[in-house]
Amino acid sequence: MSFSNLKSLIKTLRQQKTLADERSLIQRESAAIRTAFREEDHFMRHANVAKLIYIHMLGYPAHFGQIECLKLAASSKFSDKRLGYLGIMLLLDESQEVLTLVTNSLKNDMNHPNMYVVGLALATFANISSEEMARDLAQEVEKLLSSNNSYIRKKAALCAMRTVRKLPELHTYYINPAKSLLSDRNHGVLLCAVTLVTHIALAEPSTQTELKKAIPLLIRNLKTLITQGYSPEHDVSGITDPFLQIKILQLLRLLCINDAESSEMVNDILAQVATNTDNSKNVGNSILYEAVLTILDIEAESGLRVMAINILGKFLGNKDNNIRYVALNTLNKVVGMDTQAVQRHRNIIIDCLRDGDVSIRRRALELSYALINQSNVKVLTRELLSFLEVSDNEFKNGLTAQISFAAERFAPNKRWHIDTILRMLKVAGNYVREEVLSAFIRLVSHTPELQAYTVQKLYSSLLKDVSQEALTLAGVWMIGEFGEVLLANSSFEDEDRVVDVSEKSIVDLLESINVSPYASTIIRQYVLVAAAKLSMRFGKSFSESQDKLRTLITMYETSPELELQQRSIEFTQLLGMPTLVDGVLERMPPPEIRTSMLGGTASESKPVGSTRSAAQDSSLVDIMGEDAGGAASVPSAGVTGNAHDLLADIFGTGSPAPETAAGAQSQKSSVNDIMGLFGQQTQQPEQKPTGYTAYDANGLLIVLTPSVDTSKGNIVNIKATFTCTGLVECENVSFQAAVPKSMKLQMQPISNSTVSPAKGEQQLMRVMAQPGSHVRLRLRISFTVSGRQVQNQVDFSEFPSNLL
Amino acid sequence: MLRFILVQNRQGKTRLSKWYVPVEDEDKIRLRGEVHRLVAPRDQKHQSNFVEFRNYKVVYRRYAGLFFCVCIDANDNELAYLEIIHLFVEVLDAFFSNVCELDLVFNFYKVYAILDEVFLAGEIEETSKQVILNRLEYLERLE
Repeated sequence: MSFSNLKSLIKTLRQQKTLADERSLIQRESAAIRTAFREEDHFMRHANVAKLIYIHMLGYPAHFGQIECLKLAASSKFSDKRLGYLGIMLLLDESQEVLTLVTNSLKNDMNHPNMYVVGLALATFANISSEEMARDLAQEVEKLLSSNNSYIRKKAALCAMRTVRKLPELHTYYINPAKSLLSDRNHGVLLCAVTLVTHIALAEPSTQTELKKAIPLLIRNLKTLITQGYSPEHDVSGITDPFLQIKILQLLRLLCINDAESSEMVNDILAQVATNTDNSKNVGNSILYEAVLTILDIEAESGLRVMAINILGKFLGNKDNNIRYVALNTLNKVVGMDTQAVQRHRNIIIDCLRDGDVSIRRRALELSYALINQSNVKVLTRELLSFLEVSDNEFKNGLTAQISFAAERFAPNKRWHIDTILRMLKVAGNYVREEVLSAFIRLVSHTPELQAYTVQKLYSSLLKDVSQEALTLAGVWMIGEFGEVLLANSSFEDEDRVVDVSEKSIVDLLESINVSPYASTIIRQYVLVAAAKLSMRFGKSFSESQDKLRTLITMYETSPELELQQRSIEFTQLLGMPTLVDGVLERMPPPEIRTSMLGGTASESKPVGSTRSAAQDSSLVDIMGEDAGGAASVPSAGVTGNAHDLLADIFGTGSPAPETAAGAQSQKSSVNDIMGLFGQQTQQPEQKPTGYTAYDANGLLIVLTPSVDTSKGNIVNIKATFTCTGLVECENVSFQAAVPKSMKLQMQPISNSTVSPAKGEQQLMRVMAQPGSHVRLRLRISFTVSGRQVQNQVDFSEFPSNLL
Repeated sequence: MLRFILVQNRQGKTRLSKWYVPVEDEDKIRLRGEVHRLVAPRDQKHQSNFVEFRNYKVVYRRYAGLFFCVCIDANDNELAYLEIIHLFVEVLDAFFSNVCELDLVFNFYKVYAILDEVFLAGEIEETSKQVILNRLEYLERLE
């Protein structure tokens, strides 16, 4: 069965009840068309191609019709040509080989006496030409640019535009005709000419100097458009050819960017556009919007810039969502440059947070982040916090990070800062990133005067709600760490309610958190640590609470969760070692304060330590005397994992390659000791450090400078300084060290693995040893210099034996 | 510039699709579906007519049961494209004298011809309704 014409096919197809019926009908019809093509049925070709194009539109394969389209396009009948080219445009694109066959008929038709045929050829060229075709027909297109028919000129201009977009080097053909087209009187031609010039300027920036000569002409054109009265032909709701106005504004923008002189020329006309355009309709606003973009991008006068931002401010108050959307989008782009001007519209931006459209809310939110500063932090944070309660979940992670960041940067006082974070944790504790939580813990550790307040607040919040993960984590950690502070008063007031605290109530709280449906493995880990710490904080005598804590700790000894099991067993062991346990579970020294948490370098602050310290007799650092295979050495810039813990945190100075966990885990002495040591880092003794050359070969010099930590007699801080002694830089420098079994070593990553002659690099290590022992190191150095790989191992014992 | 133009009804049937960048046939089908799912459920009253789509933006307008969608570069002037869609619809309306979905179905080849008079190579070619309609009238006579 084959349909005689397109209409009957469409009708029958529309009557099909199911997709399967439609599919089988199309399969049959396609087969019939294919047969007709094979039999070279000239009479039916037009109808068949039409049907095939329809089939293609429905999403079925029709590539076998490509050649038939070419044949139709080569026909002398206009209706055949029209359908042929339509088929070519729909069934082919620039990436297909068959397209080369079209070049010839396009060439013929571009020289056809009938302007409509020429128009068809140009339209086909403009829509699908490939680079090859563009090159072959460049001259034809150039010739048609100066046709005396406006219909052909405008199509040719867009063909030229496509050519330049594909092959920028061909702009030489078109730059002169394009400039003369800019004075064309026909709007359509002018529009296409402006598009062409814009693309030439974009594709070939070197032409911009030449094209800038056209600025006065463009200004004149634009002026005519805005001053001219009603012109029925190009009127859109009272505005004359808004599309042309927009195109001209775009071109002016391109030509005036970073050019004060040209910008000066356009100031005037931009001011006119900005003041005279009617803003009651979308059309007018589209022009205003474009003018604003141009003003903000070029070197416009400051008055004009303020005006532009005020226009956007007015947009924000518009009822139309579209207008608000573009205003917020644009304000987001300029807020970095003109913060003050944007600040004035703060209230209306905040109102947009409650907009019905999620994309408007998202943009308003981004903008409000950018607007926070010292003077408005309280107001804006309050707004953001109340928005946090109602916002879409997808926004919450970002919101909490931003609130915490803003509070950290601009907090007027610590009490406010802590209150803000507490409220945030209560509202959206399930949407808080680790670094936000760790920043909070750092903050509280550094604020002894508010520790009691904070821990009380957290305690009473947890009594009410344990479903907010970050709140639970912060609370459990703080209760563990500052348990005795919490116990100092047997009751306190919170929001007009008296809350009682006792050892028993604290333990009950931990137990209930531990069994609550919200308890994740990580929460349980925190609970274990808190329980271990609390058994030190509470009175030592055997009491019910102590027993309960023990039960809590031993509960996970057989847990399939490895981390829980490990903590559980280790803590049990630890608590049985009265000599060690005090030091290990002592209060942590406040971690180093780190700003720019949004930089992404801050890490979690698990209540580390206790678990780590129990790891006994780690042989990780010890390769002295063992097989020199570096497997056991401390990698200095190892894999960056999420296990980046607090130790690394304290070590690190925000370097992107953090200390490996391996290094941290190997601590034998109690964490508190280590904390103490590293905390002192900044107060290094004033003694003159002496450098010892450890390595000097192959263009690399390594000097080790030891300095003994005076407060803790058993620590040596060693600074390794890398200097490039050759002319070429040493790349991929890796420096590893190992110490005898009796000592412990920690290393930081090297400041830069490429040591250039101009700039030395350094790497810090710390060795812990028994007082009086002689610090010896085995060093392993590898690097690449001039493409040559160098690897050396050195035993270093130059340090004076009385160093410690 | 325009990446593609789609006219779809509320069920997601595509009545017109024009691609100004090369796209594989399978991808075309997928993109049509994606655009439809993106645009159709949007609230006409309370949401803007712009949706981010991959690295581009879809500007759409609904006329009765038909969605006219254009996919444009992220930094293009959305408001202007909204206006251009309207121009195209006005031309269709004038040409078919009170256009309906079925006109687009049965006369799809004419619709493509109209499209080529308004847009070319992903750019706007002509903005005067009258010029376009005159041109189309001539073309009709040549058939």
